[in-house]
Amino acid sequence: MSLTTIAVEHLSKTFGHSPVLQDVGFEIRAGERVALVGPSGSGKSTLLRHLVGLTKANRHSDSRVTVMDRCIQRRGRLARGSRAQRCRTGYIFQQFNLVGRLSVMTNVLIGRLGCMPRWRALIGRFTPEEHEMALRSLKRVGLEELAHQRANTLSGGQMQRVAIARVLMQDADIILADEPIASLDPRSAREVMDTLQRINEEDGRTIVVSLHQVDYARDYCQRAIALKHGQVYFDGPIDQLTDIRLAYLYANAELDKPHESRFPASAPTALRVAG
Amino acid sequence: MSTATPSSRHWRKPPFITNPLLRWGILIGCVVYAVWALYTLPFDWARIQEGMSRAQRIFSGAFPPSFERSELLIEGLLESFKIAILATLLGLALSVPIAFMAARNIAAKPIYLLGRGLIITARSFHPVIVAILFVKAVGFGPIAGVLTLTIYSIGFVAKMLAERIEEIDWGQVEALRSSGTRYVAVLQFAVLPQIMPRQIGLAMYQLDSNLRASAVVGIVGAGGIGATLMNAFGRYDYAFALAITLVIIAVILVVEAISGRIRRNIW
Ligand SMILES: Nc1ncnc2c1ncn2[C@@H]1O[C@H](COP(=O)(O)OP(=O)(O)OP(=O)(O)O)[C@@H](O)[C@H]1O
Ligand SMILES: [Mg+2]
Repeated sequence: MSLTTIAVEHLSKTFGHSPVLQDVGFEIRAGERVALVGPSGSGKSTLLRHLVGLTKANRHSDSRVTVMDRCIQRRGRLARGSRAQRCRTGYIFQQFNLVGRLSVMTNVLIGRLGCMPRWRALIGRFTPEEHEMALRSLKRVGLEELAHQRANTLSGGQMQRVAIARVLMQDADIILADEPIASLDPRSAREVMDTLQRINEEDGRTIVVSLHQVDYARDYCQRAIALKHGQVYFDGPIDQLTDIRLAYLYANAELDKPHESRFPASAPTALRVAG
Repeated sequence: MSTATPSSRHWRKPPFITNPLLRWGILIGCVVYAVWALYTLPFDWARIQEGMSRAQRIFSGAFPPSFERSELLIEGLLESFKIAILATLLGLALSVPIAFMAARNIAAKPIYLLGRGLIITARSFHPVIVAILFVKAVGFGPIAGVLTLTIYSIGFVAKMLAERIEEIDWGQVEALRSSGTRYVAVLQFAVLPQIMPRQIGLAMYQLDSNLRASAVVGIVGAGGIGATLMNAFGRYDYAFALAITLVIIAVILVVEAISGRIRRNIW
């Protein structure tokens, strides 16, 4: 297996007439902790959704998304077998997306559904080993006492940690987190980011996390990919994402006009810093 | 055009139709039509007068209600219960898959159209008309009642459930999809838990609605307490008919109270 875990090539996405991603490309190596930053509407969520096939790229482009040497989508079509491949990638949402009426335990267990045999997934029968695994996952995020509480009674921070436990249950090698702390208070946010960091360091799982707060990115990640108007504006070690570059990154963000950037020279390749 | 002149300080409700010509035209048109309809329909005043005295005879004959033949009454009532419960179960069993078919967000376009078509068909006829058709098809008796009310249940439950499915929190579905979960398991773990409370509420509502309707469709020959009532009328046994009517009202009140309470606790 090569060191590259995620490879994105020539990814373009247009919703209606507005280009949201334009020729995005990068590679991420196994075990990296990458922050995805950029102003609101720059296409961070859209990019992450492409990596698990929740969104398909434009047809007739030369796009390709490869995860762990397996093609997920190519030229805007999902690859065959991409469903099975998806269970190797865990996804964490800003809105947690737990099934509110089910217990915490069940919410963790259903992370396993994608890799279970078809008939067992259908009737939802989990083995004792899977129950044990779910408990261990909950223990790792520090919530084992809440296993039997209903998910919609938890606090936001607890919900997000249950979502992390669900990803652990999946035994995913890659964890994609789309603004996992955007709706959390600072303390819960730290807890969630600490948990993600621990998982990365202890298990070597690759983590890509989109963040609004650059401070968190600096504290928790080694590398940053910055998107602006759907293009890669910066890709390199986080300490080279200097304040000046950040100022350019977030300048004019509200105008939301991909073609009329006041800083056209922020050509994507110009700022690609060698890792 | 405003009716209020600048000098009048009070605001007046603007008329529903602003054009006065149109307003009066519509009003006069309605009155003329009603008079004409009354005039052309074959009302036979002599017979209505005759009927009045007959109605009086019926009512005086009905008092006091007679519970002498209560075993017949109970038998009819139990049959109505059986019809209503069977039809509710059968209707629910068919409604759930049809509702999934008829939800735009989870069904492919052709399947969605098929599901909507089934629901519209089930809703387009009043249960009494459906009952008449089934009585013709499978003969007098409770089977016609069960089939009728099953269709009646599908029309309501599948429609409401499909609408609920269209309102689900899509994020929960995407969470499972992103982890590679297969379609049916996604329905099972992300969609069903979200619609379950509504489904139970609908089931309770439909049960008491079916019980009410089973009395009506019985009158056209589809079994149950309605048939008993019709027979009582046929034998001019008005006292028994009144007893049946009173019992139907009492039973429906009780069932409605119970199902209402259950629904409130779930909702
Ligand atoms: N399904 C969709 N249909 C149409 N437009 C969409 C869709 N999803 C995203 N967009 C548009 O794509 C653009 C990028 O959205 P995206 O959610 O990827 O931004 P983001 O960088 O995640 O922003 P934020 O930081 O606010 O979450 C936005 O302008 C948005 O309106
Ligand atoms: Mg986003």
